[in-house]
Amino acid sequence: MHELKMKYQGKKMAPAFNAFHTFLYSPNETTHAGGTHVKGADDLKRTMNTVIMALVPILLFSMFNAGYQHFSAINGFPENFSVMEHFLTWDNFWIGIVKVLPLVVVSYGIGLIVEFIFAVIKGHEVEEGYLVTGMLVPLIVPVDTPLWMLAVAVVFGVVIGKEVFGGTGMNILNPALTIRAFLFFAYPTWMSGDKVWVHGAVDLAGGPDAISGETVLGFLAQNKEFQYSVSDMFFGFIPGSVGETSAFLCLLGGLFLIFSKIASWRIMVSAVIGSLVMGLVFNQVVELGWIGETSKFYGLMSFDFWKHLIVGGLAFGIVYMATDPVTGAQTNRGKWIYGFLIGFISVMIRVFNPAYPEGVFLAILLMNVFAPTIDHYVIRGNVNRRMKRLKNAVILPKDSDGKAEELKAETV
Amino acid sequence: MGLLTKKDAGLILDPLADNNPITIQVLGICSALAITAELEASVVMAISVIFVLGVGNVVISLMRNIIPSKIRIIVQLIVVATLVIIVDQVLKAFAYELSKTLGAFVGLIITNCIIMGRFEAFALANGPWKSFLDGIGNALGYGVILILVGFFRELLGSGTLFGVPVLGDPIEKTGLYATGYENNGFMIIPPAALIVVGIIIWVQRSRNPALVEEN
Repeated sequence: MHELKMKYQGKKMAPAFNAFHTFLYSPNETTHAGGTHVKGADDLKRTMNTVIMALVPILLFSMFNAGYQHFSAINGFPENFSVMEHFLTWDNFWIGIVKVLPLVVVSYGIGLIVEFIFAVIKGHEVEEGYLVTGMLVPLIVPVDTPLWMLAVAVVFGVVIGKEVFGGTGMNILNPALTIRAFLFFAYPTWMSGDKVWVHGAVDLAGGPDAISGETVLGFLAQNKEFQYSVSDMFFGFIPGSVGETSAFLCLLGGLFLIFSKIASWRIMVSAVIGSLVMGLVFNQVVELGWIGETSKFYGLMSFDFWKHLIVGGLAFGIVYMATDPVTGAQTNRGKWIYGFLIGFISVMIRVFNPAYPEGVFLAILLMNVFAPTIDHYVIRGNVNRRMKRLKNAVILPKDSDGKAEELKAETV
Repeated sequence: MGLLTKKDAGLILDPLADNNPITIQVLGICSALAITAELEASVVMAISVIFVLGVGNVVISLMRNIIPSKIRIIVQLIVVATLVIIVDQVLKAFAYELSKTLGAFVGLIITNCIIMGRFEAFALANGPWKSFLDGIGNALGYGVILILVGFFRELLGSGTLFGVPVLGDPIEKTGLYATGYENNGFMIIPPAALIVVGIIIWVQRSRNPALVEEN
């Protein structure tokens, strides 16, 4: 491989070849002898791989959940639910393989083709940026999303969301969320409603065997009762986008990312605080009796504030999307503001737009746009504070010019 | 082009490509975003602007020596407003449905930056014939982009062209829809026009690197 690499050096397809090469082997270049070198083990590829490791449990869980939701919707939810008997079964996993795995394959396949084409056009190395995006995308779409739609959206998201800005590290918007947003606005019938969240519901709709897979937020938006318990919601045995359902696994993934210092704990903590605050405000509004039970906001507003974190995509968004180091805020103080507003706005959109209760991706995209502004003002604030300190600082006169004696004389 | 000298031809042809009002001068974007969801509306809008800008440029050019420069904007506005009202009335008389879809945007031709831009930059300093050619040229350049954007948005967003279904019936699932294809709702909403215009600019600039500004 190393010899082949030399042979192709400088050719048009060299970037594409090099990408394969460094993916399979460690590079054969060594640093030159002169001078001192600082080497970091945590290059972009390592960072990306850590995030992917944090996503693997979620992917596996979602494959089982796809089957579990499918069969439960048809046969009714099992009584005396036990994880081994009803959840971790081959039947469930098989649905996952048939429905979830193709989403992953399409997402990676199409995305990497686009990346390779752009690397060849621009003549630089293929960037690893897509590795995480490609894994995130299948986890944030409904399970029955047609594959060609996903492919179109991936092309759009990678080209418009990332490559036009100059590729990995230059993008303003999170590419995975750009893809999600494109799908939502382009094909709303496949992205919302009560049919898309469970495999098979769309095909069976209207027939005698019609099944429904309303999400928890969907039930709440219609002021309806639902049968999911708090532990169902926390561990993720509920319908929803492929990988977003399990707040428990998101929590584990989040802790893993914090301890490996890949993701910012400030963003995660402040986003949680932000959503709790907004939830509390709405709870208080209900408590004070400002809105009646007939209000269309009642269901979502009276929903216990902390439960917002365990339904829908909020936990997933906070852990894996908001913490994207490229599109998020960079300064520490900025991260607090950025995260807080993500949580705050997410819950606000949830409650005030019952037609579309999942506001997390919109909130994060919005804050992506504002992140540079937040950073700018944080830095300006810091500069101003220092300027002020400088102005107020007393510059003691030196002994040599005789003024020191005068000063001492005065103070005494 | 026996009628036109080479320079005159340039007045018409330049704005079509390398000096296009929308993609190069980035003028008149607002209406390009608002009315290009349907091809028919784009075509009508293009024709209206060709009329208003062609005639308006001639009128301003004829009056250019007697307009006091302090109130020239007011004079220009009166000329555009008159022409736009004529267009509006004609549309209401002969294409009422269409004038309803175009709605306020016919009236808003008055504020179209291209028109005031050409009055200020060209008609005030050139003779009527040249001004006429310049007006037609710029309006054509505007129209070409409008029709291009309208074509893609209507085809991808509604599966029709001029209201005629070309990809099959989305409800009966015939034609392309039988394979599972669906209309792209994103193309209907105005932000899509911004992205389509952006892609056109991108293509144009990568074909002609001279257009890319130095940073």
